[in-house]
Amino acid sequence: MSTSLTEETQVTEAGVSTRLSSLDTLESEAIHIIREVVAEFEKPALLFSGGKDSVVMLHLATKAFWPGKVPFPVLHVDTGHNFPEVIAFRDRTVERLGLKLVVGSVQEFIDRGELAERADGTRNPLQTVPLLDAIQQNKFDAVFGGGRRDEDKARAKERILSLRDEFGQWDPRNQRPELWNLYNGRHTVGQHVRAFPISNWTELDIWRYIERENIELPGLYYAHQREVFARDGMWRAVGEVSQPREGEEVITKTVRYRTVGDMSCTGAVESNAFTVSDVVVEVAASTLTERGATRADDRISEAAMEDRKKDGYF
Amino acid sequence: MTTISEIPAGSINEALPTTLFRFATAGSVDDGKSTLVGRLLHDSKAILADQLDAVARTSADRGFGGDKGGIDLALLTDGLRAEREQGITIDVAYRYFATDRRSFILADCPGHVQYTKNTVTGASTADAVVVLIDARKGVLEQTRRHLSVLQLLRVAHVIVAVNKIDLVDFSESVFRDIEADVQQVGRELGLGADGISDLLVIPVSALDGDNVVDRSERTPWYTGPALLEVLETLPAADELESHLESFRFPVQLVIRPQGALAPDAVAAGLDVEAYRDYRAYAGQITEGSVKVGDQVSVLTPGQAPRTTTVVGIDFAGASLAEAAAPQSVAIRLADEFDVARGDTIAAAGTVREASADLYAALCWLSPKPLREGQKVLVKHGTRTVQAMVRSVSGKLDLATFKLEGASNLELNDIGHAQLRLAAPLPLENYLHHRRTGAFLVIDPLDGNTLAAGLVKDHPGDHEDERYSI
Repeated sequence: MSTSLTEETQVTEAGVSTRLSSLDTLESEAIHIIREVVAEFEKPALLFSGGKDSVVMLHLATKAFWPGKVPFPVLHVDTGHNFPEVIAFRDRTVERLGLKLVVGSVQEFIDRGELAERADGTRNPLQTVPLLDAIQQNKFDAVFGGGRRDEDKARAKERILSLRDEFGQWDPRNQRPELWNLYNGRHTVGQHVRAFPISNWTELDIWRYIERENIELPGLYYAHQREVFARDGMWRAVGEVSQPREGEEVITKTVRYRTVGDMSCTGAVESNAFTVSDVVVEVAASTLTERGATRADDRISEAAMEDRKKDGYF
Repeated sequence: MTTISEIPAGSINEALPTTLFRFATAGSVDDGKSTLVGRLLHDSKAILADQLDAVARTSADRGFGGDKGGIDLALLTDGLRAEREQGITIDVAYRYFATDRRSFILADCPGHVQYTKNTVTGASTADAVVVLIDARKGVLEQTRRHLSVLQLLRVAHVIVAVNKIDLVDFSESVFRDIEADVQQVGRELGLGADGISDLLVIPVSALDGDNVVDRSERTPWYTGPALLEVLETLPAADELESHLESFRFPVQLVIRPQGALAPDAVAAGLDVEAYRDYRAYAGQITEGSVKVGDQVSVLTPGQAPRTTTVVGIDFAGASLAEAAAPQSVAIRLADEFDVARGDTIAAAGTVREASADLYAALCWLSPKPLREGQKVLVKHGTRTVQAMVRSVSGKLDLATFKLEGASNLELNDIGHAQLRLAAPLPLENYLHHRRTGAFLVIDPLDGNTLAAGLVKDHPGDHEDERYSI
């Protein structure tokens, strides 16, 4: 692993004069937050989907507790609409780090009649119920998420430690002020806290960090050949839960994914970024936000994320 | 429709932003703060095409700019639906943009609702704060209030942007008058006069972009830098505060795997035997720097300081020779002391005795008022202790900077109080220690944060007298 000091370090008579790079500063802040939550909560867990932000979160956790094991389980809310390679990546990662994996299944809730399939078929919004159920069943009092404030205007107002009631609801009008680096995670029985250690990272920071730290990701983040069809101005992959309708022509294109979610509503972008450094260049030059480019569920309304968060979503 | 110019591929990679800079914006109602923030984001190309399209559509729907079209930059910072419905901004929003030199985190603090709470929150982590003034209105009471909060919080760099300079025909005399008023308020407060902070005044037009990113030709009488130039070149707080004698390290937790080593580290060749008895103290350096071989004191409340030597500074498999704020590291010590979360490791002999008597300035952030005799929790560093409010000795009139008699504090009040702690804490004066001089006051009933606290010296020590707050 790389050291965190930049080459600019100089020892002078007055002491060490160190200018940390912005990535080092963000990394240090995230590790501080992860350690605070582990120290102050009884039973934290990390939401892990195999998506790039959660992979970065897990990488930060391994650095925070080195040479010890990551001291909490990971939780995956499985929509059932997965890219098979992402599930394989998830299982491999959990195995490599010796972690416990807890899975909350949307499919099981649908099968039991506790959730109804939506007319548009997307399952991202259905994740909230299994998520809250897993939090309750496992008595998790803090759940780490990879949410970033640059993703969405509702997330721009999210705290690093976000208090949720027994319904998991986010109340943007009633948030605790967050001062200095003193995080107040006090909560009562039934409440829990969502912790967002990479709140201050941008999409480009994430990619630069993945490049610098040589972090492995599911292959679909890089350019590859895939059978796709056009819908709502996005390229949709052909798969078990994502079939073209009449009139939607299937073609093979060189694409990659900027986000990984429910396969039925996550779009691919045409790309020739085959390596991580290609992706860094592409993201830096991109003229679309990652959610605007690839998430059908966030296009439903201007306040789609805000509404989901109030209902207990991440 | 407006489009942004293409960024040539590769240009960003060649000039990586090297440092992170945190700043906040504060202003009164209608002084154009949203437009200024929108302008910074837009001109630094932080706004992407799909966001800009949405704003352009809304601008056209609202008839912004008449027949000529154009976009209302203020919409770029439009927030939650609840806020749009009420036409107000509820909460601090965080924005991100980067130039070739720096990555910026902007805490956008709304001005009208709970402005003290929002300004205190935004300023607590800021290296700099930009305060807006409407050139047609000049220094208002709220400007004075903002500046006094920034002085209280020891924000290193205060930048006053005199906005809407286009609406006063780019008049130098209007600007000079406002500048003189600002400097006068600054002098009354001690802002920019104490060597800790500085105060800068810039004429801008957020709407047209004058002196925001580039220097304007329409203000030839102003020879100073544009706002973004200033933000790109000011030293960040951590660059200023790295002195060996002030090393402070609140211990977050003890890393002691006792055989439960990370499987990936073992697979990568970690020497299992060598790490069997590994014990290190994890935390973030809040101030100063430390080297292997340095003498340090371990401060445990209720015990005399114990002095030992740093034998290792570890970070994720790397052994560092030295480390500085704000690095998160794990420190190993020569002696096997019992060190736990809540203890502080500091440069030997630099911290005074822990105290259970806390004198402080409190920024009251809760609708529940503070009363004498009230029981609260105090969170300081990595330790939380019970406390009782012994007395409230006054409330600050932010318009006159005078302390008035008061026996309670209400939402948005700033006052002085004395607390008695259930256990002593290694308290330091906030004037010189922005992290170890800060604390939270927490409601033991519902866990909510009641106040931001700033440690003051005991009344017998006279260091504070120079400052009105």
